[in-house]
Amino acid sequence: MWRHILKRLAQAIPLIWGILTITFFISHMAPGDPMDMYLEQQRQRQVDPEIIELLRQKYGLDLPIHVQYVKWLGNVVKGDFGESFRYRRPVLDLIAERIPYTLQLTLLALLFSTSLGIIIGIVSAVKQYSALDKGVTLGSLIIYSIPGFWMALMLVLVFSVYLGWLPTSQTRSMDYEFFSWGQKIFDRLWHLILPVFVLGVGSAAHKARYVRNRLLEVMNEEYILSARARGLKEKMVIFKHALRNAMIPLVTILGLHLPALLSGSVLIESIFAWPGMGTLAVGAVGGRDYPVMMATLMISAILTIVGNLLADITYVALDPRVSYEKKKPV
Amino acid sequence: MKRKSRFKKLILLGAFMLPGSGHLLFKKNIKLGIHLLLGTIAIVLLVIFRWDRFINTFQSKAVDHWVAAIFIILSWLFMAFISVKHTCEFLSDKMQKPRIKTPLFLASRRFKENKLAVVSLYVICIFYLVAVLAPFLATHDPSAIDNVLETRYQSPSWEHPFGTDEFGRDLYSRALYGARISLSVGLLAVLIAILIGTLYGSVAGYFGGFIDNIMMRFVDVFIAFPTFFLLLMLVGVFEASIVAMILILGLTSWPGTARFIRGEVLSLKEKQFTEAARAIGLPHRTIILRHLIPNGISPVLVSAAMMVSTMIYSEAGLSFLGIGIRPPIPTWGNMMSSGKDALLVAWWVALFPGGILAATMLSFNLLADGLRDAFDPKVLMRRFL
Repeated sequence: MWRHILKRLAQAIPLIWGILTITFFISHMAPGDPMDMYLEQQRQRQVDPEIIELLRQKYGLDLPIHVQYVKWLGNVVKGDFGESFRYRRPVLDLIAERIPYTLQLTLLALLFSTSLGIIIGIVSAVKQYSALDKGVTLGSLIIYSIPGFWMALMLVLVFSVYLGWLPTSQTRSMDYEFFSWGQKIFDRLWHLILPVFVLGVGSAAHKARYVRNRLLEVMNEEYILSARARGLKEKMVIFKHALRNAMIPLVTILGLHLPALLSGSVLIESIFAWPGMGTLAVGAVGGRDYPVMMATLMISAILTIVGNLLADITYVALDPRVSYEKKKPV
Repeated sequence: MKRKSRFKKLILLGAFMLPGSGHLLFKKNIKLGIHLLLGTIAIVLLVIFRWDRFINTFQSKAVDHWVAAIFIILSWLFMAFISVKHTCEFLSDKMQKPRIKTPLFLASRRFKENKLAVVSLYVICIFYLVAVLAPFLATHDPSAIDNVLETRYQSPSWEHPFGTDEFGRDLYSRALYGARISLSVGLLAVLIAILIGTLYGSVAGYFGGFIDNIMMRFVDVFIAFPTFFLLLMLVGVFEASIVAMILILGLTSWPGTARFIRGEVLSLKEKQFTEAARAIGLPHRTIILRHLIPNGISPVLVSAAMMVSTMIYSEAGLSFLGIGIRPPIPTWGNMMSSGKDALLVAWWVALFPGGILAATMLSFNLLADGLRDAFDPKVLMRRFL
């Protein structure tokens, strides 16, 4: 087991190196160097060419590209992502501020979508080919196809603007500071309902179909037949025998859904004015804040890899049939 | 004898003027006949109702008007050609050739059984037609700004079916013009992605070993990036014109396709026909292009249909954030973006473009579902993934 985990970790390292490299080269594909971008922002002021030269030297932009690359890589490994052009603060601090909000949103959405998906999946598998099953199948495809940001707008329109039940945006109320401890938690959850729902519901639809199909596959297995032959109740067969076996691959799906959730969170965050990594990235693109752009891209990718790694390890831990030594068939 | 030939000429003339009439007259292939007839009626109606614009096209310099007009004429000629050709066959009473049951024919027959998929295919075709014919279908100039104070934020009415936006522009016309950006970006980006992905994946799978290892590690790295963050970065680095958008979307989404086709090729290259091809000394290039790719392409086609929907979504999302294609050019994304700002005063600005976007995405996903069932009836169980 530990050998397997170590092996996976060792495989993740070149992957992360690749991510850093690609990020670096994308940012240097731009016409002009980051200094030009920086100056373009400050275009109101005329900048002395000598100062530009000094700034170039300060940021190491006068060096040949491979030297820059090695230096940059060294800094990143040390956790130094540079300084934001816009906020004039270390990028790492900015991201450390934002990342809890994004994780809060995505992890809750993951939880929500998984539980909803499993429930709906079980129901439609048990009642296979019934009207309910067909309705759920079509309905989940429809929900899956609705763009999340549009759904968010429409839900805000209905539940916040017309009904006034839920807040339109932000993570907390204006008078949050004066709330008691319990009210604070309640207020936070209150503000989480819409974004988490919108972010999670699409992948819940996906998972429901997945669980349904997996469950139906497992129901054909021989151990289910033997469980039935022993005269177990149908409930017992489904929950104790079929479901447990059907759930295992879902762990992998959870890992695969993480990048989609992170991607989706960009749009959802910007609709709900959620101070997460997505809004940070969008703001950085708008302001051409190169260090922040690079850092958000890298960190979102590294989060994805960590997520997949966790899913992989859990998978092996849950399913004793997968041997640790042999490579899993892809 | 002479009278009969004149009669024939008359029928042929009818088939030319009114494509589809021949089919209905001889009661053969009635389905095709009805389609041709409906197409003809649509064209006739369009030309009659937009006669002034149709005529003005040939004096104007607007490229999109020209494209639309030429498209109308060509589609008429095409339908007339098919109609006349078939009618000639009916007249000469030739036996129709028996259909050979190729895999493609069987797949298309299975596809037709799936009503939802067929409907979605029609919807997609109609959307594309609408996008091409936008200059003739639009009721207003999409960028015409009149007296803003009077015309802004009008709720939906007969005059403006989707209402008007903050500059008093007609949203229905803007949605039509927006369709061209969204739909063409989606389609072209997917074409690029499929082309690169298929070649890359099949080469990796075919050669295997070290080459495969290196190539697929690169794909692994690419797939690890959450799509939207990668797109944000690229759009930030390059100015997002329409062409750049297509390239960015296409060049970032091929790795998935590459993985797919690699898996297919890995199993196909063990089959005997590949061995036979190698035995007669075909070069690698021919084996990959003529034998492996055509045999392994069907899952790629399925994923392509789904990818179009994702691409359209990504483009709309970026434009929605205000960093994709920018406002004077209407796209569904930036229309929704202005709808977001106006949510409290004018719900229709966000509702309609988004609804059309959702309908488009749904159609492509249903199409993908139908294609999957059609190509591989065995995997009916494993839909959606």
